[in-house]
Amino acid sequence: MKKLMLGNAAVARGAYEAGVTVVSSYPGTPSTEITENIVKYPEIYAEWAPNEKVAAEVAVGASMAGARAMSACKHVGFNVMADPVFTISYIGTNGGLLFCVADDPGMHSSQNEQDSRHYAKAAKLLMLEPSDSSECKEYTKRAFELSEKYDVPAVLRLSTRVSHSQSMVEINERENYELKPYEKNIAKNVMMPANAIKRHIEVEKRMEALKEFAENTELNTVEINEGNIGVITSGISYMYAKEALGNRVSYLKLGMVYPLPEKKILDFAAKFDKVYVIEELDPFFEEHCKAVGAKNIIGKEAFTLLGEYTPAMIKKAVLGEDRPEFDESDEQIPARPPVMCAGCPHRGTFYVLKKLGLVVSGDIGCYTLGAVQPLSSVDSTICMGASVSAALGMAKARGKEFNKKLVSVIGDSTFIHSGITGLIDIVYNKGANTVIILDNSITGMTGHQDNPTTGYTIRKEETKQVNLIALCKAVGVGRIVVADPFDVKNFEKVVKEEVSADEPSVIIAQRPCALLKKVKYTGHCTITDKCKKCKMCMKLGCPAISSDGDGVKIELNQCNGCGLCVNVCPFEAIKKEEK
Amino acid sequence: MAKNIMIVGVGGQGTLLASRILGNTVINEGYDVKVSEVHGMSQRGGSVVTYVKYGDKVYSPIIDRGEADIILAFETLEAYRALPYLKKGGCMIINNQKMNPMPVITGAAKYPENITEKISSKVRTEIVDAVSLAKEAGSIKAVNVVLIGIMAKSTDIAYERWVETIKQTVPEKFIDLNLKAFALGYNL
Repeated sequence: MKKLMLGNAAVARGAYEAGVTVVSSYPGTPSTEITENIVKYPEIYAEWAPNEKVAAEVAVGASMAGARAMSACKHVGFNVMADPVFTISYIGTNGGLLFCVADDPGMHSSQNEQDSRHYAKAAKLLMLEPSDSSECKEYTKRAFELSEKYDVPAVLRLSTRVSHSQSMVEINERENYELKPYEKNIAKNVMMPANAIKRHIEVEKRMEALKEFAENTELNTVEINEGNIGVITSGISYMYAKEALGNRVSYLKLGMVYPLPEKKILDFAAKFDKVYVIEELDPFFEEHCKAVGAKNIIGKEAFTLLGEYTPAMIKKAVLGEDRPEFDESDEQIPARPPVMCAGCPHRGTFYVLKKLGLVVSGDIGCYTLGAVQPLSSVDSTICMGASVSAALGMAKARGKEFNKKLVSVIGDSTFIHSGITGLIDIVYNKGANTVIILDNSITGMTGHQDNPTTGYTIRKEETKQVNLIALCKAVGVGRIVVADPFDVKNFEKVVKEEVSADEPSVIIAQRPCALLKKVKYTGHCTITDKCKKCKMCMKLGCPAISSDGDGVKIELNQCNGCGLCVNVCPFEAIKKEEK
Repeated sequence: MAKNIMIVGVGGQGTLLASRILGNTVINEGYDVKVSEVHGMSQRGGSVVTYVKYGDKVYSPIIDRGEADIILAFETLEAYRALPYLKKGGCMIINNQKMNPMPVITGAAKYPENITEKISSKVRTEIVDAVSLAKEAGSIKAVNVVLIGIMAKSTDIAYERWVETIKQTVPEKFIDLNLKAFALGYNL
C-alpha cells in the first residue's frame, strides 16, 4: 500500500518497520514530527528527554542492551548531543543505533545554518541522506542494518524540505527484531584510556571498510545521460537538480554522505568536461572531490554557501538559462513576520520588561519574538539555556549596578533543558541575577510537546511533575516568586523588587499558553468612549489591536478576550464583553 | 508536465487542511504528488506558504517564481506577495479578506490599497468573499474548503472525487459543514 507521508513521518515508519523499540528525543523544528509519529506505534517505547544529550544517552543504553534504538533532533540539538556521540562512536553498537539530525538551510525556524555533515566526519560516523519521503523510510531501515553490520552509530541527515515535504511511501510490515543478547564487555563499553586506545584502532578499520562499501553500494547511484556535464549531489539538492536539468546532465547521487567513495567519484568525474557539485550550505562534497584529485570540479564558485537552493538557481548556474518571466507588484509589500498569538502569556512579561527598560538576556522559544517590534525587549539570543549563564557573564563583566537592570527570560522546557545548570552557576559563584522562568505549561514553539514540568509523558500518561519552586530552592535560590504576567501592576512590582535584591532570585511567570485546550478565554475586549487615544495598548503588539485613524480598534475576529489590554489601559477605557 | 498549485495565507487560517484535501484528491487520481509546507516559527501569525505539485513524476517539492499554475490566496496582502510566483497565463483565486500584519499595526508600514484591482490588472483572477460563503456553510473556519471548491472547478478532477476525499480527510462531525462549503465554492 502507498501513502502520502511527511518525510519525518516516513522516518518514524522506517524505524517501526526496522523493529526499533526505544526512541528518545528532544523536540526541535524541523525534526519534531519524527518522534511525534513514533508515538503512533504502541510497540515502541517513546519519550521526550530533558535535552538531546540525555536523549542520545538513553538511545545508546538501549543499543548496548540489545535493542534497535533512535534519537532525533535538529541541527543545533546535535551540538548538545555531540559529547556522548563522539564517544559512542568508539563503543559502536549492539542493537542498531540511529541519530536523525534535521538541518535548516534558509533558517525557517533556527538560530544558525550549520551543516551537520561535518559531524559525521569529525565523529567518524556513517551518514545517509534521503531526498524524499520514500527514501526517508528506506534509508532509516538501511541505517539500522549497516549500523549493526559495521558496528557504527548511524546518522540520518535531513533538511527542512525533506522533513516537511509529503510524498508517496510504500508501507511494509514490521520486522520481527529480537533483542540481541546483553553481554558485559568492558573492553568495548568502558571508554577509559586503555580501552579507548584499542577501540580507536577498530574505529579506523571500520571507517576503511565503510569507504569500501561506499564504492559499491546502491545508495550511491550513477545515472548517465547525454551531454558532457556531470552533477554530484545528494538529498533535496538532487531533487532540485533533477527538476532543473532533467536528462541533460548525468548524475552521481550520494545517498551515503559519509564516508564518501573515492574511485566512484574519480571515475564519474573523468567522464565529463564539467562536473558541478550541487550541495546546500558547506562545500562538504566539493572539498572531498578536490582532495581525491577529481578534475573539472565546479562548486561554490557557481553556487552559494547561504540559504536554500532552488531549481531555477541551479538551471541558471549549470545551463545559463533564465527562469520564466513573471509579474511583480510595483510597490513595497509590508512583511508579515511571525508574532506572539493573541492571548500569549509572554506579552505581559515583555510589556513590563520594556516599560522598566531592562536588559533582557533571551533564550530559544516563542518568547524570542519578544525581540521584535513593538515590544523589542530582548537583547540577546544564543542557544538553549544561554539566557541564564550569559547574564551571569554580563553581570560579572559590568558589576552590581548593571545587574540591577538585567534579567534572563527562559521557558519552562528550556529551563529544564539547560537553564538549570546556569542557575547553579549563579548561586555557586555568588551571582545576584534575576531569572524569569516563563512557565506557560508546555513546550510552545515546536507545537505543544509535554516536558518534565507538565506532569504528562509523550503519550499523555500522568507522571511526576518537576516542581520548579522546589528545584530552584534546592540549588540554593533564596528568593522565588510566582507571579501572573497578565496582572501587569503586580508583575512590575515583583520585577522591580527582585532585580534590586543582592542575591539570586527567580520569578516564575505563570500563565498557560493561549493555544492550550485547557485555556478557555471567552468573549472579547472593546474600546469604550473613555478612550483618550494614548495608544498605550498598542505597545502590547497584540495582533487584535490596531490603529483606527487617530484612535484604536480591536478586531473581534482576532481577539480572544484574554483581557491583557484591559489591565494595561490607564483610563479603564477597554472593557471585556462576554458574548 | 507537473501541475503547480500554491496556497498562501496567514498562520492559523487553515491552509494545511486545504493542502491535505488537495494532496489526497490528486493521489486518488493516480498522480505522483509532493506537498511542501513549513512548520515552526513561521506559523505564529506569519505568512504561510504551501506548495502542492502533481503529475506523472514530481521531483522538487517547491514552486519558484513564474511557476505556479494556480495560486490560492487566503488573504489579499499574501496574494500580492505571491504574485511573482504565478506562471504567465496562470490564475489567482483570492479570498477578499484583509488581515493587518504587525508592521501595519504598529504604523511602520502601510497596507497597500486596492490590491485585488492591481493584481487583476496584471493577471487572471477570481476574487471571492469566502468568509461570507463559509459563514453560510455554517462556520467561518470553512474558508479553506470554500476556496478548494472554487479551485476544484479549474481542474479536470470530477466533483464526486473531491467529495470522496473530503469525507476521508476531515473529522466525521465536520463532514456536512465541509461538503456544504465545498459545494458553495464549486458552484460559484
